[in-house]
Amino acid sequence: MGATASKLPKDQLSEYQELTFLTKQEILLAHKRFNELLEREDRQQIGGSRVPMNKILTLPELKSNPFRRRICQVFSTSDLRDGSLSFEDFLDLLSAFSDSATLEIKSHYAFRIFDFDDDGTLDTGDLEKLVNCLTGEMDNTRLTSEEMKQLINNILEESDIDKDGTVNLSEFQHVISRSPDFVSSFKIVL
Amino acid sequence: MIVREAQGFVEKFEGALGKGKGRKLYAFKVMMAKKLIKFNRDFENFKTACIPWERKIKEVESHFGSSVASYFIFLRWMYGLNLVLFGFMFGLVIIPEVLMGLPQGSIPRKTVPRDEQDTAMDFSVLSEFGGYFRYSVIFYGYYNNQNTIGFLKFRLPLSYFLVGIGIFGYSLMVVIRTMARNANEGGDGADESEFTFCWKLFTSWDYLIGNPETADNKYASITTSFKESIVDEQENQKDENIHLRRFLRVLANVLITCSLGGSGYLIYFVVKRSQDYAKMDSSQLSWYQKNEVEFVMSLLGLVCPPLFETIAELEDYHPRIALKWQLARIFALFLGNLYTFLFALIDDVNEKLEKEKVIKNETIWALNQYYANYTLYHNVTQNIPLPEIAPADVIRGPCWETEVGIEFVKLTVSDIEVTYLTILIGDFMRALIVRFLNYCWCWDLEAGFPSYGEFDISGNVLGLIFNQGMIWMGTFYAPGLMGINILRLVSSMYLQCWAVMSSNVPHERVFKASRSNNFYMGILLLVLFLSLMPVVYTMMTMSPSFDCGPFSGREKMYDVVIETIQNLPPFMANIFTYASNPGLIISIVLLMVLAIYYLNTVSKAYQKANMDLKRKIQMQRDEEKNRRNNKDSTNQVMKDLEDLMPNKSLIPPPAAEEPEPLTQNPLTIEEWTDAPGREQVQKCSNTLVIET
Repeated sequence: MGATASKLPKDQLSEYQELTFLTKQEILLAHKRFNELLEREDRQQIGGSRVPMNKILTLPELKSNPFRRRICQVFSTSDLRDGSLSFEDFLDLLSAFSDSATLEIKSHYAFRIFDFDDDGTLDTGDLEKLVNCLTGEMDNTRLTSEEMKQLINNILEESDIDKDGTVNLSEFQHVISRSPDFVSSFKIVL
Repeated sequence: MIVREAQGFVEKFEGALGKGKGRKLYAFKVMMAKKLIKFNRDFENFKTACIPWERKIKEVESHFGSSVASYFIFLRWMYGLNLVLFGFMFGLVIIPEVLMGLPQGSIPRKTVPRDEQDTAMDFSVLSEFGGYFRYSVIFYGYYNNQNTIGFLKFRLPLSYFLVGIGIFGYSLMVVIRTMARNANEGGDGADESEFTFCWKLFTSWDYLIGNPETADNKYASITTSFKESIVDEQENQKDENIHLRRFLRVLANVLITCSLGGSGYLIYFVVKRSQDYAKMDSSQLSWYQKNEVEFVMSLLGLVCPPLFETIAELEDYHPRIALKWQLARIFALFLGNLYTFLFALIDDVNEKLEKEKVIKNETIWALNQYYANYTLYHNVTQNIPLPEIAPADVIRGPCWETEVGIEFVKLTVSDIEVTYLTILIGDFMRALIVRFLNYCWCWDLEAGFPSYGEFDISGNVLGLIFNQGMIWMGTFYAPGLMGINILRLVSSMYLQCWAVMSSNVPHERVFKASRSNNFYMGILLLVLFLSLMPVVYTMMTMSPSFDCGPFSGREKMYDVVIETIQNLPPFMANIFTYASNPGLIISIVLLMVLAIYYLNTVSKAYQKANMDLKRKIQMQRDEEKNRRNNKDSTNQVMKDLEDLMPNKSLIPPPAAEEPEPLTQNPLTIEEWTDAPGREQVQKCSNTLVIET
């Protein structure tokens, strides 16, 4: 910690504690890591400045994540919709992915992350992009188009209760709430 | 900013809701509530800071995924449980005896006998927990049977007994509470095959992975699992050679039962032989002969699981089912071994009890001789003082409880040694060899045959559970065993974390650990019950040794509780007598059975209600869609049906969407008639009529 590092004032710290699911140590650690990502001259006013998306993606916790771009875009409150995160956005991100966040919060954010075209439902296009993200970038690991069609059919059969061809938020939450793995795997800890 | 304004507003108008006299009290209550919330939050912060090994586990998690880390979390949970149990044992049994009891060497049970004193400090004797270890607080035999000791009048025998029972009670409570919590979070009631594809898609990515190599592995395993599931769905029952498959499965099961029986017999044989060795002079036996039992048991635990896996290749099951069979078989193996060991021990104990009777007679005879001599010399027949023999020279009984305690401690120690050796040789040496010999070897060691090991989660978890079972069984007879276990868990955590990071590679197949979490808790619960039974059996049926331990001189061990109850003030004794009335106990048991039945029925009713609601949503959606698509024809159809007019057949067939819902819903007409909405019923029956 050099002389240029700014410390988080106490009242802000307690404010953040009330507004998020994070503990004090987690907020302080997040502050430190966010500081490191900022340019030198922005470090004094940590409240206002934004970190561009490509810098956020250098964090080791996000680097290997196939959904890293979507995560940045979902949590970003920037008007330019470029995926840049301010410190409060960053805290929102960590709070949603923390241990103490509830299932509803996690499933809500998961739905938004998976909704690639931001239309409020997961349709065939979203699901296809989702599968491609999960199977890696290389061609030999991708599914063939018949396999993809079969897979998406199976998924819609299992989860689409009202049979409208898309998965909406409540159907998604219904599926997720029965899953024993979701809460423990949907976690990012700094 | 908005938060600040809101906070300011709230603070300004806080007490204003309470009117008149109650205002101050209301404001006070609100302030206390806020302070309580703040206190809770600080306490939560403090608690998370106190959790040990958090960094370590997080590192393992980011490299290997949450399944491997779940083993370490389980280990940490075990450590917490054992720490509490150790606290009980240490604080309520060992410390009082050490501080307030008679010191070492003062009474016969606390002294090394004269003929063992030369060898008592030898390393070879100590490493088998003989010599000074045997006559120390670690084992049962050291404790004195005085009813109250020290100036605090601490009732040691009662405390020993209650701590013994309390250990099981506390463990039971904690295990069940953890199981309930897991079931709540995980929605354990869900059918596993209900949402396979969705879960694979939405929940299989582990967001804690931070290492690119692990991520690549994860991608590969997700792709493989997708492809497998797709193939599974498409593949119907393979009818070819079903007889051959059945025959092979029966053969495999027969082979495995034989090997299980063989291992059980081997253990029995070895324990019997070790009893014969114990009768021989110990200096003539080799190290192997002395430690044969532990050696054989550990060897069986190492060799049999891979053997089972090879035999299971004959069976050709789906990997998930094969894994379950494998776990069940390993469980049966460990259980069989443990129980055979116990039966052999019980035979041993009975023998010792016989020997004890002989020694008791000898002691009485010697005493009578002494009295006779004394009378002869001093012409006094009453109030003869007891003979003054040094504690080391008194004739001792064979103290079976200490023997049992020693066996358990030796077993635990040899288990620890075997585990550590396996980790060092099986994982670390292997990694070293693969890494360094690769430069000068013909084929690629890293990709080919030995390669780096994967972390065997299920084997390790089962090993941990069974060790805990042994600890539970042995603690009553060897209070120091708990301390040994604590040391083992701590060192095991560090050693295994280091070994995993340095010599293991991430799994190739994705392994769902959290579903298995309750599965492992269930096994732990079973093991708890199974280890409770021998202890309770010995407590109830066997009589304690007459000259060692806190229950010596009593008929049965639980007599100490009965004596204490009788000494209590009369009304409490009455309460206990009424409470142990069989009629009361039977009625309580009946009540609990009824409660279980009721809760079961209620849960079934909820499931049925769920299904009904789902069907309702589907039907409403169908109705809406049909209404949107062909309004007129629906109404027309409805009207015509009601009028029962013969020109029904002239109505054009419905649009393409209508038949789809029907084919996808495998419901019969009877079920449809139960559901609400007669319109739906009529519409559907009508479309069926038209189709046929």
